[in-house]
Amino acid sequence: MSERRIGEVILEVKNISLSFGGVKALTDISFNVREHEIRAIIGPNGAGKSSMLNCINGVYTPQQGSINFRGRTFSNMNSRQVAEMGFARTFQNLALFKGMSVLDNIMTGRNLKMKTNLFQQAIRWGAAEREETEQRQFVERIIDFLEIQPYRKTPVGRLPYGLQKRVDLGRALAMEPQVLLLDEPMAGMNVEEKQDMCRFVLDVNDEFGTTIVLIEHDMSVVMDISDRVVVLDYGKKIGDGTPAEVRANPEVISAYLGTSH
Amino acid sequence: MAFFLETLIGGLMTGMLYSLVALGFVLIFKASGVFNFAQGAMVLLAALAMARFAEWFPERLGFDNKVLANLLAFAAAMVLMVAVAWLIERLVLSKLVNQEGVTLLMATLGIAYFMDGAGQTLFGSDIYKIDVGLPKDPIFLLDTVFQGGILVNKEDLYAAAIAASLVVLLSMFFQYTATGRALRAVADDHQAAQSIGIPLNRIWVIVWSVAGFTALVAGMIWGSKLGVQFSLSLVALKALPVVILGGLTSVPGAIIGGLIIGVGEKLSEVYIGSQIGGGIEIWFGYVLVLFVLLVRPQGLFGEKIIDRV
Repeated sequence: MSERRIGEVILEVKNISLSFGGVKALTDISFNVREHEIRAIIGPNGAGKSSMLNCINGVYTPQQGSINFRGRTFSNMNSRQVAEMGFARTFQNLALFKGMSVLDNIMTGRNLKMKTNLFQQAIRWGAAEREETEQRQFVERIIDFLEIQPYRKTPVGRLPYGLQKRVDLGRALAMEPQVLLLDEPMAGMNVEEKQDMCRFVLDVNDEFGTTIVLIEHDMSVVMDISDRVVVLDYGKKIGDGTPAEVRANPEVISAYLGTSH
Repeated sequence: MAFFLETLIGGLMTGMLYSLVALGFVLIFKASGVFNFAQGAMVLLAALAMARFAEWFPERLGFDNKVLANLLAFAAAMVLMVAVAWLIERLVLSKLVNQEGVTLLMATLGIAYFMDGAGQTLFGSDIYKIDVGLPKDPIFLLDTVFQGGILVNKEDLYAAAIAASLVVLLSMFFQYTATGRALRAVADDHQAAQSIGIPLNRIWVIVWSVAGFTALVAGMIWGSKLGVQFSLSLVALKALPVVILGGLTSVPGAIIGGLIIGVGEKLSEVYIGSQIGGGIEIWFGYVLVLFVLLVRPQGLFGEKIIDRV
């Protein structure tokens, strides 16, 4: 990981607290993300990783704290507004459009780029036709990039799990996001699939310069590909730094391995 | 045999209209998870608007061209249905996001009664005629095969052709346009659709407008056959077993379900009804659905729901 490509801080998470009824999911979490970096959020099960991602993505609104992206503070935004700001995400429990083909799924990611209106599309007016072709070309590049050409027309519901994860990533990439949020991209994969996914994540970061925030349960994978790591445990931040620093942090070690009392 | 075929064709024609109404149900259910009880009221409202506008425009604007009057009336009725869709989204659905299905169902029940009332206040409560110039004369088919041929109403044939082309158009719209794709995406997964920047509110307005459009076409055809009156609102009750039979989430299911029930109704009325004294038409659909549900709880074409335990 070369230092030079990493830029300024673009995403700043400050003092986020989130609770559901009496259950505290997150307590006073702060961290930042720099442009072009791969930033991981790790922690044992139930540490609040997904809650954190959902706060950034606008699914949850935290009770306290603020999230600031390129000088804009967002409070009370829904997922769509966050998407318009340049965020894309993947889902831990695959939220693909099951009845639709791989191509159509990824095409939906281009929705925000489409400018023609309903009536133009309905009568296939010149502009709508041209737009569809342009977007399709872009999507084909993503399909090539993710090496899923043979499955273009297959309904996603029929693909094996590892490939569905790739389509999920493809749909997010189709949005040309500035920040890509990955919710456990390697969960439930075998070793080979994990290696593929790691390669894709690194390539996306390298080729498109996309800033990536990823959540992962499996510590070993994360340490290899991340620039900096935040560690959560029981909704609190217990570590933050480069993989090497985090690995040496005694609190992190005890959270993962348990303490001997 | 000729009589059997006549009954069969008659059933198919009625079934086509059930399909149209059922289609409105399915579209809305798929995209927003709302079981829209107001679909029948929408049919009535659209038909009333169409019938009255076709009278009013020539009167007020002082022209005497039937085709133009009908075209204008159709366009104006469509504008009304879009406005209704927009109002429903603004005033009802957007306030009830993420509520229980039952809550939404009750809300649409309220909308149905409101629309029944408001429609008649605005447009009057008499029986009106829609005359879009469909030829009424009967024709005889296959008279070389059967003695006397099969009597078919020409109007029915046109109506069936209109309904069928509407279904084809809609499925093409859903399959091949970006908006159609967004609609299917929302139907599959709300959360994911929102995270890729698809605006739910706009999609709902579109879906309700499309459902309004199918209601308008159904209302127009039905109205030109039987006249526009309050009982049109009750076709929703006929479409109900159709949707359940076909499966709530399946467009082809709505179409085939409509045809099955249309045909079944007519055949049973003619052949069984004569044995036991008639009146079968009214309850046939429901009993058929009951039996289907015993075997396939998800309907003929519905998605089987498998819960992870």
